[in-house]
Amino acid sequence: MTARSLKLADHLLSINLPLMSITIAVAGNPNSGKTTLFNALTGSNQYVGNWPGVTVEKKEGELIGHPGVVLVDLPGIYSLSTNSLEEELARDYLLESNPDAIINIVDGTNLERNLYLTTQLAELGIPMVLAINMMDEVEKSGIKMDSSALGKAFGVPVVKISALRETQIGELASLAVKAAQKKGHMLPTHRFSGGVEHALGHIEEVALHDHSEHKQRWYAVKLFERNELVETELGLSEELKEHIQQDIRQIELEYDDDSDSIIAAERYDFITEVLERVTVRKKAGELSPSDRIDRIVTNRWLALPIFAAIMFIVYYVSVNTVGASMTDWTNDKLFGQILLPAISGKLAEWGVAGWLQGLLVDGILAGVGSVLSFLPQMVVLFLFLGLLEFSGYMARVAFIMDRMFRKFGLSGKSFIPMLIGSGCSVPAIMAARTIENEHDRRMTVITTSFIPCGAKLPVIAMIAGAFFGGKGWVAFGAYFLGIAAVVISGIILKKTALFQGEAAPFVMELPAYRWPSLKSILITTWDRVSSFARKASTIILLASIVIWFTTYFGWVDGNFQMLQSGQIDHSILAGFGNAIAWIFRPLGWGEWRPVVAALSGLIAKETVVSSFGIFYGFSEVAEGGQAMWTSLQAAFSSLSATSFLIFVLLSAPCVATISSIRREMNNPWWTLFAVGYMTTVGYSVALMVFQLGTWLRSGAFTWWTGISLGLLGVVLWLLFRRKPSTSSRLKRANAGVRE
Amino acid sequence: MKTLRDVRIGEKARVVKIHGQGNIRRRVMDMGITKNVEIFVRKVAPLGDPIEVNLRGYELSLRKDDCEIIEVS
Repeated sequence: MTARSLKLADHLLSINLPLMSITIAVAGNPNSGKTTLFNALTGSNQYVGNWPGVTVEKKEGELIGHPGVVLVDLPGIYSLSTNSLEEELARDYLLESNPDAIINIVDGTNLERNLYLTTQLAELGIPMVLAINMMDEVEKSGIKMDSSALGKAFGVPVVKISALRETQIGELASLAVKAAQKKGHMLPTHRFSGGVEHALGHIEEVALHDHSEHKQRWYAVKLFERNELVETELGLSEELKEHIQQDIRQIELEYDDDSDSIIAAERYDFITEVLERVTVRKKAGELSPSDRIDRIVTNRWLALPIFAAIMFIVYYVSVNTVGASMTDWTNDKLFGQILLPAISGKLAEWGVAGWLQGLLVDGILAGVGSVLSFLPQMVVLFLFLGLLEFSGYMARVAFIMDRMFRKFGLSGKSFIPMLIGSGCSVPAIMAARTIENEHDRRMTVITTSFIPCGAKLPVIAMIAGAFFGGKGWVAFGAYFLGIAAVVISGIILKKTALFQGEAAPFVMELPAYRWPSLKSILITTWDRVSSFARKASTIILLASIVIWFTTYFGWVDGNFQMLQSGQIDHSILAGFGNAIAWIFRPLGWGEWRPVVAALSGLIAKETVVSSFGIFYGFSEVAEGGQAMWTSLQAAFSSLSATSFLIFVLLSAPCVATISSIRREMNNPWWTLFAVGYMTTVGYSVALMVFQLGTWLRSGAFTWWTGISLGLLGVVLWLLFRRKPSTSSRLKRANAGVRE
Repeated sequence: MKTLRDVRIGEKARVVKIHGQGNIRRRVMDMGITKNVEIFVRKVAPLGDPIEVNLRGYELSLRKDDCEIIEVS
């Protein structure tokens, strides 16, 4: 049938069944071009969300040219054996939501490993279409493939495509819709070797005969692999379990191997055998372009310099030059000089009530504007990240940095968020999304904002200028403190129950380098930036209103009113600051002004400086705040100033960052934990520095000195204690080796 | 017992058995490290760990500790 008549037939079918809704799942290995294919099949009709309760992206979209057909993009996975969160999600989705068909995309240049997942998907009984991607590359390298023979071996229709060039995409869509419209089932055609087949047949007969035929194979294999979840799910009696065990043990003896490795090895043997039959290689043993690139890029001596250069470019362009100038422009020009004056002018002209003008201009526009001004920077950064991810370099980042970062519970890929974090924590936290492992990702999200961001620099400059003669070592110390906080937190948190559980294995594919698809980079960037803008602006809008209200309203002589400038010490915020000032007394600055200044850092950290300006009666404060150094020197000692700076640097970040933590954690408790943890760290370190510093200076041992010493002891204990079930994997591995 | 950790850079080895338990064992097998497969140890990361190997026509990186569960000949 030609492509056109196929489309026509398809069209007729969809006319006959206009109301039938169809769901097709797209499954495949990471780096198989799945995202590119999904984008090609759905275009801009996508909805990006999260899988319930976890931080894994879930994408859905309508198939172009087939109204009513929904495509679900499953996470990229290597197998259905549930050794990662992604695999679990994909498996549960396929088993429980019963999609009408699966499009299994495989990388044609790497068929052997890609088809492993195919053998597992085929056992689920869901109709499937196999899309062999990157056929242009395959043909270029001189490999010939008999796709119909391949399809026959797996019992599925096969389409050779190029997702990047969008060739044969329409045919793939039509075939998948056709497979789905049958609403039928498929039976796997691949077979294991004699003994294993015999045992599987026996298991199907004794334990699964009352299940439908197309599900039997999946369960039989799982039972053969001794999968406890499936045993429980099926509710097998002890007697039956023992009966099956006898079968399995017999095979294990015969093959001299464990049942799970027998299955894995046989799947691969089947694939190797099929591929030998259906593919012809012209040339062999030649280095591919990708290999040649990698010889240089991850060369033992060149890797680190190249890595440093790439990171420098990413940082320099997105944080320093393009990003910063665009951010400054939106912040100062667009909002500061164009929008704000224009809007306040109009409002005044219309005679809008003063409080409403204040709310709109000083509250909402200033607050939301300061956050939206980060958008250009984020766009630039995410374009870079997309480039790194889709080209294959991101995996090399993990390869190069793994050894350093895994010591404190982070992934090699955490390097990028940390680097970006020195510019702004908001995009940094979103960059953590490229980390696959959930523990590593959470750890990165929690610790990234310890790194001093650009907005903390004015605070550092102010304290350094007023108390330490503007010496450069203060800034250096701030960065050192940030990095130390990351490392120490990593080590401490890694040992807690929150991050317990089996360590994620670092067995990572290094995908071939490829030219990334511009379309995919643009779509990914758009998804990330717009989801930030949407979700963050709601929280930030609310927070801005609350902070504005509490700053500009208060009681003057018993009357609740909007405050004039200079009456800020009557504000609700000041009242609140006064009420909680006692908490900060042990830190050396238990007075409402520094407390409220520190709190105002929640809006944005640079606000700390302008708050001091308002409190000490300076309307305009230059960066570094020279004008009020004398006032500061009167309010702080150099020690309490240090403690103040430490608290501002380490404690809860600004609202924008908190909302992106919320966005990335996708869980209120983890968000609360992250913010609570940072604040605890900020408070504790400031307390220890101030109290122990006072003790060393004056020699007076007080209550608080004792508490601080105790706290230091606790930190050291948390840092150096043995991990409760330390190196369990290695021990078990060794035990396994010894048997 | 000779494991993948003992194979020098630039050498090949054939897998005899996968030891160990749980996630790592499962993961290693899913990625194609199964009985009788040939593995070529290509290079080591600049900081000395992990290593990069080639098998079944693609590149894989593994930590040296994890290599200890892979018995080779």
